[in-house]
Amino acid sequence: MTAETLTATRSRTGTRGLATLVRSETTLFLRDRGNVFFVVVFPTVLLVGMGFAIPGMRDPITDLPEPWLGLRAVDLFAPLMLCVTAATAGLTTVPAYLASYRETGVLRRMSTTPMRPQGVLAAQAVVQLVGVAVGGALALAVARLVFGTPMPANPALAVLVLVLAVAAMFGFGVLIGGLAPKAATASGLGMLIYFPMLFLAGLWTPGPLMPDVVERIATYSPLGAAAQAMNDAWFGSGLPWVQLFVMVAWAVLLFTVAARTFRWEV
Amino acid sequence: MSMLTTRSSSVRTPTTSDQTADPVVRVEGLRKSYGSKLAVDGVSFTVDRGEILGILGPNGAGKTTTVESLAGLRTSDEGTVSVLGLDPSQDPAPLREVLGVQLQESRLPAKLRVVEALRLYASFYADPRDPEELIDLLDLREKRDTAYENLSGGQKQRLSIALALVGNPQLAILDELTTGLDPQARRETWDLIEAVRDSGVTILLVTHFMDEAARLCDRVLVIDQGRVVAEGTPAELARAGRAGITFRLQLADPIDATMLTELPSVDSVREVGGVLEISGGRTVLPDVIIALHSRGLVPEDVQTITPSLEDAFVELVGRPSEEEAA
Repeated sequence: MTAETLTATRSRTGTRGLATLVRSETTLFLRDRGNVFFVVVFPTVLLVGMGFAIPGMRDPITDLPEPWLGLRAVDLFAPLMLCVTAATAGLTTVPAYLASYRETGVLRRMSTTPMRPQGVLAAQAVVQLVGVAVGGALALAVARLVFGTPMPANPALAVLVLVLAVAAMFGFGVLIGGLAPKAATASGLGMLIYFPMLFLAGLWTPGPLMPDVVERIATYSPLGAAAQAMNDAWFGSGLPWVQLFVMVAWAVLLFTVAARTFRWEV
Repeated sequence: MSMLTTRSSSVRTPTTSDQTADPVVRVEGLRKSYGSKLAVDGVSFTVDRGEILGILGPNGAGKTTTVESLAGLRTSDEGTVSVLGLDPSQDPAPLREVLGVQLQESRLPAKLRVVEALRLYASFYADPRDPEELIDLLDLREKRDTAYENLSGGQKQRLSIALALVGNPQLAILDELTTGLDPQARRETWDLIEAVRDSGVTILLVTHFMDEAARLCDRVLVIDQGRVVAEGTPAELARAGRAGITFRLQLADPIDATMLTELPSVDSVREVGGVLEISGGRTVLPDVIIALHSRGLVPEDVQTITPSLEDAFVELVGRPSEEEAA
């Protein structure tokens, strides 16, 4: 490592062009209508669809205990939609993007330029996170305007839970996307995790409507913990320490494994 | 894989273009194995400024591993590699600023448009070329706003070359430049590469097409089973491939071939579709003509066969290059 001629010019290699890359990835994201629909619009469509199509969704549930007394099923779905948004991005678009960029050599091609392939990952993260934020905000706005759903009692906790849910779900996404040999395989694996996650989050039995046994199992799944913690943020019943810890543990575990197994090339 | 250089030493700058005496690339004793398989086994060569060097060889010969070591995509096990005065494994960052690489089988995002791809890649470099100028140079004006997925094979290849050039590189590494292109597109690409070289870019071309190497390269390097088996200009290699002279002879009536094989300068005589193909030493052509003339025979047609790079390749590698083309 002894160099005969040393100069003091340290180039900005690796970050130059990052803004252009983020713009480029945003344009590509928006051109893919499937992405825009699933990440940004789908949770809202799901909420509105269930709110109007399923009978009794907008009637108060009679036999609920205290914090939930007088709420309607559709109210229980509003916080859940934030978790759905995080899971949709993390388990469908993130792994598909990553695996396809590896499969087609996009990352390899970029690694020959001054831009590092990590830049693509960073740009994708920015785009997906904005997608989740917009999708979540849209779902809440529609829930408020169409159904008059209450907003969170503890907004700071709601934001924290969303961040942790995104971290855990993106952990799955990066793990799958960095390992799967093909984009199609990555999408398939993502779906395989997506539906059980939605089930444990209570998409079919929201909040207090979930059977006790399932609820106890769900507490230890990343999205189940997120849904339960989000309920606490919404309807105000203290700090869900166990669920917060579960999400942090999943995020740390998944990103640690992903970092060790990630391959830049197929 | 850290994004920032964390070593305490400052970054070395690449050799500037006024230092014309030094070769652009110097490789000595490069060795690389994957597990127990030896991919590159002691390869040495240089590339001089402003030349087009072709690396030829069958698939699996070690061509791609060699160029990947130059581009800093792989670390060699042994040997020294110097590209523009930099070691790709130690100083990859400044090297990437002055090196343009076109990789085999690397695609772009399907919905990225031609001009967007060029602008994106241009943004990675300190002193990029104007994307619009490259669009004209590579004849992509009509496809400027077309998405990558809707380009033809030739257009994708031209875009890939444009991306390798957008950083204003001093050295361009082009891997399997014209694979998958139709004959017309191949010739156009060759013209383009010559124009690029004339603009001052040194070019390292990896190929398995003999006609491409013969047409474009100032020098070629034939690699087989991880070793350099021949090096020289295409004409030198072609001559070396076939020691003697071969010509074809057409006569009005068949003759007894022993009359010719008895001549000391004749090595072989064989009949190919009514035509005699005769090989031999330096004086074989006049010897045969005189021998025939002494018997009152005058050939109707004589055709000398120019040795080709393809022949040399078959001789060196033991099989034709087109086997690999599939």
